[in-house]
Amino acid sequence: MTDAEIVRFIYREARLLDEKQWDAWYELFTEDGHYWVPLTRNQQDAEFHTSLAYEDKLLLRLRIERLRRRPPSQHPESWSQHVLQAPEIEAADADRWLTRTAFHYAEARGDAMQILTGVALHHLVRQDGALRIQLKRVNLLNCDAALPSIQLFV
Amino acid sequence: MNRYRDDPAALRALVRDDAVHRDVYTNPEIFQLEMERLWARTWIYVGHTSQVPNPGDYITCDVATTPVLMIRQPDGNVRVLRNRCAHKGAKIVADWSGNAGRFLHCPYHNWSYRTDGSIAAIPLRQGYDGTAFPQCEAVRGLRPVACESYRGLVFARLSDDGPDFKAYFGDSLSSIDYMADRSPEGELEIAGGVLRYMHDSNWKMFVENLNDTMHPMAAHESSAGTAKELWSDQPADAPKPMAIEQLVPFAGSYDFFDKMGVRVFENGHSYSGVHFSIHSSYAAVPDYEAAMQRAYGETRAKDILGTVRHNTVYYPSLTIKGAIQTIRVARPIAVDKTILESWSFRLKGAPDIFFKRNVTYTRLINSPMSVVGHDDQQCYRLIQEGLAADSNEWVNLQRDYRPEERDARDLTVNGTSEISMRNQFRAWAKYMAPT
Repeated sequence: MTDAEIVRFIYREARLLDEKQWDAWYELFTEDGHYWVPLTRNQQDAEFHTSLAYEDKLLLRLRIERLRRRPPSQHPESWSQHVLQAPEIEAADADRWLTRTAFHYAEARGDAMQILTGVALHHLVRQDGALRIQLKRVNLLNCDAALPSIQLFV
Repeated sequence: MNRYRDDPAALRALVRDDAVHRDVYTNPEIFQLEMERLWARTWIYVGHTSQVPNPGDYITCDVATTPVLMIRQPDGNVRVLRNRCAHKGAKIVADWSGNAGRFLHCPYHNWSYRTDGSIAAIPLRQGYDGTAFPQCEAVRGLRPVACESYRGLVFARLSDDGPDFKAYFGDSLSSIDYMADRSPEGELEIAGGVLRYMHDSNWKMFVENLNDTMHPMAAHESSAGTAKELWSDQPADAPKPMAIEQLVPFAGSYDFFDKMGVRVFENGHSYSGVHFSIHSSYAAVPDYEAAMQRAYGETRAKDILGTVRHNTVYYPSLTIKGAIQTIRVARPIAVDKTILESWSFRLKGAPDIFFKRNVTYTRLINSPMSVVGHDDQQCYRLIQEGLAADSNEWVNLQRDYRPEERDARDLTVNGTSEISMRNQFRAWAKYMAPT
């Protein structure tokens, strides 16, 4: 796996979200994979401390299926745009990588748009020759602010 | 702007027995009067004593849009002070929490105060010699606010006049007892952080929603219904993940929520889940149940564990879930802006799984990223926008209305009645426009 392939994977992950290709995005995660948006800076624990989101594949599937049903809060529909800084490979060994990607994230709905920013940490593994996400951790810059609804995946 | 301030009859006319006028949700003057007359004269939740374990520890928040701080005294008591320098009015502390040591210092001119709010020192104090300083308002320092702690939950009443704490809450306090008594040691501890969710709607939308048992099957069908479907191919005895255990009951039937029951008290308080609730079917924890029996005896332990009230509303600021030890606090900012805080408690002496449940629940249901919260937030906003328009000026609260409920001080009825909302507005009118 070359550094260029790792970086391409990170860009593709964000693009799948912005294009709402949720099934393909879901498949990027390992079976024990998690999507985590901590509530505090340097949060170490997701089970005994509240988070903004901490989702295993069951909960990711739930979020995706719910969005498909066009629930009340998806009228009008939300759209996202990730703008990524070049991903940096923080650590690598045989079949594992940790990447760090600073981002801006916009979520628009009707006349309203909110902008979030922060750093995404991807813990990647190689499974059956393909890259998979074991943990995507999204450190929001203003994680401790009183936030409005964030409806899509940051 | 002053249509209502000097006209109690006009204020009273906003609340009918089975309907309210839209101005109660949309009019900025009403919001201002609510802060002065309802929120300042009643008991508002501040925080829990476990957040300030040591002398000098403080937390800050707004009570009725007035900044206050709750601070532990050297003698172990907790006081609530106005967070406002007696000199030029600056907030003394700007952090959400911290330790002041023995003195609080204003960052602007370094006036310093003892932890009871009295003035300790003023630089060049002789500059006030020969002035009327000893007789003025400033000499009172950071004016203390009346406060009461109940099982560690601290409430404050800003105004000097208003009801006595016990008289105000009455038997509704039993919900706090049932929550705290779920600890074999009878004690709660705040832990696991606070979720703060910004809402672009009036505070009452949220407070009314807590015992609105007719909305989950509509508003939460997309989340709870999906959870139910995702689990539908599992065998009945398959151990349920916590998320499934917690989300699926939101998809209960009308019959389920109706039979759950709702009980109302004087002054706007209420709870649903009198007989059972969405929290009734969580997996049992045998070791814990044995510990509870040792602590309370068999009968009381059974009573505590069998009491699974849904939401209790401590009108107007606090809502609690005793069965899962989470609370939500409404912090109004403007007529159409409210911050909702969600806190989790650890039950002292209970296994970790309970705290994990509480943290999971609060994240799944109350986070700004919650698939349940999104639909509530959206519905509140749609009401806020809809009520801004003319046409029918009345919000209908008629479901299961019976004239005899008007004078009831403690009444239990069917769970889908809108009695809890009517009961809140009866209290609202009492404080907003005293007769």
